[in-house]
Amino acid sequence: MGKVDFGGVVKDVCLAYLPGIAVGEYAVVHAGFAISRLDEAAALETLRTFAAMESPNEEPL
Amino acid sequence: MKHLTEFRDPELAGRLLAEIRRTVTRAWVLMEVCGGQTHAIVRHGIDQLLPPEVELVHGPGCPVCVTPLEMIDHALAIAAKPGVMFCSFGDMLRVPGSGNDLLRVKSAGADVRIVYSPLDALALARRHPDREVVFFGIGFETTAPATAMTVHTAKRLGVCNFSVLAAHVRVPPAIRAIASDPGNRVQAFLAAGHVCGVMGYHEYPVLAESHRVPIVVTGFEPLDILEGIRRAVRQLEAGEACVENAYDRVVTFQGNESAQELIATVFEETDRNWRGIGTIPASGWKLRPEYHTFDAELRFPVSGVRPAEPNSCRSGDVLRGRIKPTECPAFGTSCTPWSPLGATMVSSEGACAAYFHTGRFIPLGLAKTAPDAQPAAL
Repeated sequence: MGKVDFGGVVKDVCLAYLPGIAVGEYAVVHAGFAISRLDEAAALETLRTFAAMESPNEEPL
Repeated sequence: MKHLTEFRDPELAGRLLAEIRRTVTRAWVLMEVCGGQTHAIVRHGIDQLLPPEVELVHGPGCPVCVTPLEMIDHALAIAAKPGVMFCSFGDMLRVPGSGNDLLRVKSAGADVRIVYSPLDALALARRHPDREVVFFGIGFETTAPATAMTVHTAKRLGVCNFSVLAAHVRVPPAIRAIASDPGNRVQAFLAAGHVCGVMGYHEYPVLAESHRVPIVVTGFEPLDILEGIRRAVRQLEAGEACVENAYDRVVTFQGNESAQELIATVFEETDRNWRGIGTIPASGWKLRPEYHTFDAELRFPVSGVRPAEPNSCRSGDVLRGRIKPTECPAFGTSCTPWSPLGATMVSSEGACAAYFHTGRFIPLGLAKTAPDAQPAAL
């Protein structure tokens, strides 16, 4: 079991399915169990891809 | 919260929407499988911001909605037994069985508890050795690991007064059933991101290929959903039908292998009746014989249950994407969240509840023709 901070609410969560998860990492938690680790690098890369898309304001008329 | 609010950015949403508008040339029907995605789509008005060519239909991914009526009737009968402490997730309490629900059974004197996790039910069993504690284990591949670990722990600790009424369901067989239905309109699927977080997406390429449908693993925030739609539309326009992962910050191809391993240890596949839809082969999980002493269905046999659905409820058509909630004559009249005829009007993941709580009382096609219906900004 470990403590997980849900934006201010701290709950005891079973971490058995994420062996090796470290303090400070992010995880998806469902029904008291951490089920997926969040890959921060992938999150930032996704946001960069979106930011590189053409803005609707830049569209030719 | 970090890695949530960034994926609600209106400026980036505008870019994704512009990209979808640039890509689409003709009408397409997409289904978001998961009820969590349905609620996000309706709450953020994503369906109203999309170009009119892109239609979203809502899928069967609402766990309490598809839990079979006979299983709910069985739960009601067990909960009413003296000495039983019946534990359930909160959104199951108002789901109608045949003329009754868990909340009414509770108000009649039964000990029905809302739990956040099956581990809470196991803790209650250890605290109350004189009581029979039963957990209603419903849900998709996201919840099955929680039930599996709890049953496994109960066995290891020898907690004899604990059992589970297991009604877990799996997404891929439901996608197959919808895609192979002769009346199917769905041309691409947004697969449920958290289900794939557990199970990976190695079961999907064969589905995409055999049914010629793009499948895009999609997250739950507005930008995630728009990106899932953008990728599905791009594939449809290009005549492709493959599997893409648009939620790679959470989902890997293999998924969570330790969770899959314990699921396979505790559960075996079974045919499951989906409420409103019918039996889908190999779409459920039941406890393996090694865990039968923890199976509430076997511990508390109930006879004389005669499941009966209200005739006027069309939740089965809603769950299959055949109609929108507003096309059901009972929607908002004889069926409301306070007096629901079907589970889709109750659950936090049900499509009818999503429409009702956001004031969607008019079918979208009609709303769009109104001069002031075009949203000004996200």
